[in-house]
Amino acid sequence: MILIGSVLLYLGIRKGYEPLLLVPIGFGAILVNIPLSEMMAEGGFIRFFYDIGVRTEIFPLLIFVGIGAMTDFQPLLENPKIILLGAAGQFGIFITLLLALALGFDKLDAVAVSIIGACDGPTAIYVSSKFAPHMLGAVSVAAYSYMSLVPLIQPPIMRVLTTEKERMIVMGAVKQPISQTTKIMFPIVVTIFASILAPKGAPLIGTVMLGNLMKECSVVDRLKRASENEIANIVTLLLGLCIGATMEADKFLHAQTLIVLALGFVAISLDTAVGILFGKLMCLLTGGKINPLIGAAGISAFPMSARVVQAEGQKYNKKSYLLMHAMSANAGGQIGSVIAAAVMLSVLQGMGIVGQ
Amino acid sequence: MDTWTFGWTLALIGMSGTMLVLWVLSLLILLIRKVFPPPAAAPKKG
Repeated sequence: MILIGSVLLYLGIRKGYEPLLLVPIGFGAILVNIPLSEMMAEGGFIRFFYDIGVRTEIFPLLIFVGIGAMTDFQPLLENPKIILLGAAGQFGIFITLLLALALGFDKLDAVAVSIIGACDGPTAIYVSSKFAPHMLGAVSVAAYSYMSLVPLIQPPIMRVLTTEKERMIVMGAVKQPISQTTKIMFPIVVTIFASILAPKGAPLIGTVMLGNLMKECSVVDRLKRASENEIANIVTLLLGLCIGATMEADKFLHAQTLIVLALGFVAISLDTAVGILFGKLMCLLTGGKINPLIGAAGISAFPMSARVVQAEGQKYNKKSYLLMHAMSANAGGQIGSVIAAAVMLSVLQGMGIVGQ
Repeated sequence: MDTWTFGWTLALIGMSGTMLVLWVLSLLILLIRKVFPPPAAAPKKG
């Protein structure tokens, strides 16, 4: 496990794969596997932060405030129907759930594995720490690693599922002026409405929308800057360390961990595929006005996936500028992943399954 | 509840619920935009 922790450090430092998470995760994995270090024993150094931040689910929620403060939903407000691609981009979560159950995972373990498909670190950490904390290490490493591999994972799927004619579709510019009041009302309305429909997801929805409200209202700039800088950075450091510290050899070195990593890859691939297929449907229904490639941006890897779509579209048609449309889909995916997790949590509550 | 009932229930309600919530959100966005339109551009002088 010390070697695995070192590999994560290499990926983060040398290769630049999500270094803000992989460096503390890798180092935490090394620390916890040093014999007799007792980092995660009762009273241990990392155990202290794990109990106050991970077990209580506070850390991922605080990061979400920062994410909301850094996200610009204007492209989505200009073109709201694109949000449906954000919904389609989450279907990989639920298909992977069925695959995990078919492979023999326990119900809640399957839920934790499937949430990798949300392609959103804090969401994956929040759900897995709630229902399957023993899988937190594998799920987190998978989620963050695959997010940074989106530029490698998505393009082949985009090429296989679309025709050259579809890839060349030029989408017209959508420039709708949006009032500042609309931008302020958006996070408030989303919080109220989505939380009423999926109440167990209120912490997830509320924190990301709080961050966005602070960004848009412009009267709490200090709080906004603290959320996206000091708070997000401190929590990211401690969260990474805690996740790494769950990677004790006796818990992590199982064949099941490799299956979790494989299923995570499948989940994100399925998200991309379903997003593109939904994009093809929208293309058909609009008479060819929508380029199906933007469906790939319906995942929550914001804004990386949008850039991948732009680059891919440009390869086939230099006149095709898909970036803003893909950003709309990507912003939709950001909300979609939170809503999908909220719906999942609420259904589980309805089934009488309450996490720890 | 057996495993497959659990799985299919969660999957089907999850997918349809997510799509439904986001569809209604898109309608709400259109409503908010209508209720709070951007200020009209000032007429050009001259």
